[in-house]
Parts: sequence; structure tokens; C-alpha cells
Amino acid sequence: MIEMIDVKKTYPNGVIAINGLNVKIKPGEFVYVVGPSGAGKSTFIKMMYREEKPTSGNILVNGLSLPSIRNSKVPLFRRNIGMVFQDFKLLQTFTAYENVAFAMEVIEKEPEEIKKRVMEVLDLVGIKHKARMLPSELSGGEQQRVAIARSIVNDPKVVIADEPTGNLDPETSWEIMNIFEEINKRGTTVVMATHNRDIVNNIKRRVIAIESGKIVRDEHRGDYGYEI
Amino acid sequence: MKFRTLLRHFRESFKNIGRNGWMTFASVSAVTVTLTLVGVFLVLMMNLNHIAGNVEKDVEVRAHIDNAANKDDIKGIGKKITEMNGIQSVIFSPKDEELTNLIDDLGDNGDAFKPFEQDNPLRDVYIIKTKSPQDVIKVAKEIEGFDYIQSVKYGQGYVEKLFSFVNIARNIGIVLIVGLLFTAMFLISNTIKITIVARRKEIEIMRLVGATNTFIRWPFFLEGLWLGILGSIVPIGLISVLYYNLYKYAAPQITFKFIELLPASPFIYQVSAILIVLGAVIGIWGSLMSVRKFLKV
Ligand SMILES: Nc1ncnc2c1ncn2[C@@H]1O[C@H](COP(=O)(O)OP(=O)(O)OP(=O)(O)O)[C@@H](O)[C@H]1O
Ligand SMILES: [Mg+2]
Repeated sequence: MIEMIDVKKTYPNGVIAINGLNVKIKPGEFVYVVGPSGAGKSTFIKMMYREEKPTSGNILVNGLSLPSIRNSKVPLFRRNIGMVFQDFKLLQTFTAYENVAFAMEVIEKEPEEIKKRVMEVLDLVGIKHKARMLPSELSGGEQQRVAIARSIVNDPKVVIADEPTGNLDPETSWEIMNIFEEINKRGTTVVMATHNRDIVNNIKRRVIAIESGKIVRDEHRGDYGYEI
Repeated sequence: MKFRTLLRHFRESFKNIGRNGWMTFASVSAVTVTLTLVGVFLVLMMNLNHIAGNVEKDVEVRAHIDNAANKDDIKGIGKKITEMNGIQSVIFSPKDEELTNLIDDLGDNGDAFKPFEQDNPLRDVYIIKTKSPQDVIKVAKEIEGFDYIQSVKYGQGYVEKLFSFVNIARNIGIVLIVGLLFTAMFLISNTIKITIVARRKEIEIMRLVGATNTFIRWPFFLEGLWLGILGSIVPIGLISVLYYNLYKYAAPQITFKFIELLPASPFIYQVSAILIVLGAVIGIWGSLMSVRKFLKV
């Protein structure tokens, strides 16, 4: 499903963010990516959705070799994965409904199907009643629900999240985690970079710890493992 | 692309105009200012050209033929002139006709010349028009060198002044065009700079969600088109009303022979069409420019 082979990433300014990384993530897994700030978690995530290319090595996602995808084909590749970010990345001039619908319009789905499916996922993340609101009219937690709805609306096999609870209070974070668990239960692979110790220690899943661009720990039902 | 996707792009482009509120306003204003300038300038240039053309049309060379020339000589001269480069028409006007014309032109005073009908002091004349009025001087000089040519007249002095005036006017026109283009580019690139920050995030997100570059470009393209058309409304209205009134009230006051404005009726429509097309082009160009940077290809 997701495989990295001898991946190295050096940014143009010379910073070595990932330094020889091998990993395999199987379909249906739920994986936390932890590690200190600047360890390379976001870089690791970005390479999975082809925002960054590795300097050397190979990355396979859904059977595609990412380094060889042309820039103009990147959006096509991304249709098969869902992405969730700390800062939500919603279109500010679009309503909640329109933000989610956009992901389906892009792949030219039937309008009736879009209407039905968007309301369905908005219901799933518990925000159906605010479908007509703009992101600026929603709380952080609500915006993240919209972003999650968008990430799953096309039934991707993988959802990748970079600190999805980073901007949320603890209670809201738990609610968001429940949604991710629900998504994972339905068979979707989830890869999530996080600093949230409580969550990692309570919802036990596979934990990959990255330090200085290398995997230093990979446990089946691991702990967060760092003091805050 | 499916037809409903095209419809979606149209819908989206209209929505964007409302969604982007003041950005729409800024872009439309930029186009409005630019087109108003272009429009005023266009009206000036086209009228100036029209007047210059009128004046130039009247410029001709008159070659007077010596009385010593016989019929064949005269025919030969005519043939030689016709074979020169850049000649539009050559008309032979015998001296009798010249005299009649003169007498007619002078009206009552013409009677004084009546006695000359027996012993005409005038000459046979070739009246030559050149394809390009600016060639008149060159053609006149050349004909002067032919046999049996007594003198060549083309409004010496007057024609040179006229041409230098027309040339200066046209050069000023070119300078104005260039200046205007720079103004337009400055205004529009500034507006784009303002909108770019907001749009960069928008495009980034669209690409994240799987929108291809073409898909992203379409609404922008259409939005630019609408902005351009919106921006051309005020200039078209303004210039039409002003020109219509200028033509109606000011033009009859000018009685100078050559100075005559282009008739309002087709002219206003022509200028409007030019402005709307320019607006569309500027709008589309500006809009696509603002996306181009962020569409990684
Ligand atoms: N675009 C970039 N250009 C240059 N250097 C970068 C870039 N992005 C990240 N880096 C550097 O790469 C290293 C890894 O950064 P990364 O964002 O992957 O860390 P992280 O583990 O996500 O940290 P955090 O927990 O703070 O989000 C850091 O030293 C960072 O400064
Ligand atoms: Mg990070």
C-alpha cells in the first residue's frame, strides 16, 4: 500500500530532513508518526502525497512510484488519497458543503450523486446542520470535520493527516480522533503525524518514531514515548 | 470535459465574482480606468487619421506641358507617367478645359479671362494622384526631369508642412499608445499582485484535492472574461455619450474644409466593439497571469 525504500530528502537549503528511511504500511493499518519538532515528520508525510520528491530512494503508494509522476499528473494521483492538515486548508470563499463537493466535482461526478454523498459524509462527521456556513463562521473543530469529510468523500484507500488535532482543544481532539477511528474501522488506511501524547497512549496503534530523519522506533501497539 | 463540468465552470465563475467582493471591484476598476484612457485615445487617433486622410486625398501633382510638344509627345509623357511607381491615376486636362475650369472657378471675375479664349495662355496639364500621398514630392521631382515639361506644381511648401504635421501627429499617437500600454500593464499587474496572495492558497488547495490545471484554469478564465466585460461598460457608456454630443453640437461649429469628425453612428459602435474585446482580452490575460505562477507543470 505505502512503501518507502532508502528514502533521503535534502531540501534546497541543504537541510537533511529524511536520511535513509525504509517503511511498509499495509492496507487497513492505523499508524501514528511521532517525534520531536524538526525530526522530519511533515517531510515524511509530504512525500506520501507527492508534495515533496525524495532526493533519492523510491516511494510507492497504491502501486504508483511517486518520484516518477509528472507534476501535472500529481492532482490525478491525489484523487486516490485523502489529506487532512493542522490548518484545515479549506477554501475560504466556499461553504462547508461546497468545500466537500469540490472534491467530487473535480472528478466529474453526477450532480445528484454529489448532493447525496456530500450530505452523507457531512452527517458522518456530525456537521450536516452547518453545511451552508463558510469556514470563517465555523469553529476550529467544525472546520476540521469539514476537512475530514472532504478527505473521505471519494472513498480513498488512504487518509494522510499531519497534526490534525494540532490546533484543537483536548475535548475537540478526542471527537476528531473518534472520526478517524471510524474511518479506519471501515477499512481505510490512516497515517497520522501527531504530538498528542494522550491520544497516542490511549488509542493504541502502530507507532513510528522519527528522529533526525530516521525511524528510531516502530512498535505494533506503541506509546508516544516522549516527555512533553 | 463533460458538458455539465463546463456548466459548473460557468456557474463557478459567476459565483467567484460575488465571492471575491472587493477584489472584483479592484480588477473591474483597473480595467475601467485603462479602457477609458484607451477609448479617449482611440477616438482622438481615429478622427485625426480621418482628417489627415481627407487632407491627403486632395494632394495631387499638376504637370504643365510645354506648347512645343506635339500630340505624340504628349501621349508619350502620359505613358511615361503611368509607368512610374506608385501612381494611382493620371488624367489629361487639355488647356481649353483648364481655361473653362478657371473661368468657372472665378465666377463673376472669370469674365476678365473670356478674351483669352481665342489665345489661351494656359498649358495642357497632366493631373496625377499617387497611391501614397507622401510620394507626391518624389513623383513631382521625377516628372520635372521629363522632356516638354514646362513646370510641375503640387502645392510646394504647403504640402511639405502638411506632411510634417501629419507625421508629428501620428508619432504622438504612437507615443500615446506605448504610454497607455505601460499604464495598463502597471494597473493590471498591481491588481494581480493584490489578488495573488488570496488566490495562491486557493489554487494550492484545489491541487491538493485533485483538481487538474485545466479544471482550475477554466473558472479563472471565465471570471477574467466577465471582469473585462464589466470593466468595459463604464468606458463605453461614457465615450458613447460624450462623442455623440460632441458630434451633434460641436461638429457643426467647425467649418474648416478638411476638419470633419467621423459620423457618430457607425463610429460609436466600432469603438464600443473594440473596447469590449480589449476588456475581455485584458481581463482574461490578467486572470490567467494570476493563476499561471501557481500551476506547477
Ligand atoms: N521547505 C523546506 N525548506 C527547507 N527546509 C525545510 C523545509 N521544510 C522543512 N524543512 C526542515 O526540515 C527539517 C524537518 O522538518 P519537518 O517539517 O519535516 O519536521 P517535523 O517533524 O514535521 O516538525 P514539527 O513537529 O515541528 O512539525 C527541519 O529541520 C526543517 O527546518
Ligand atoms: Mg510538522
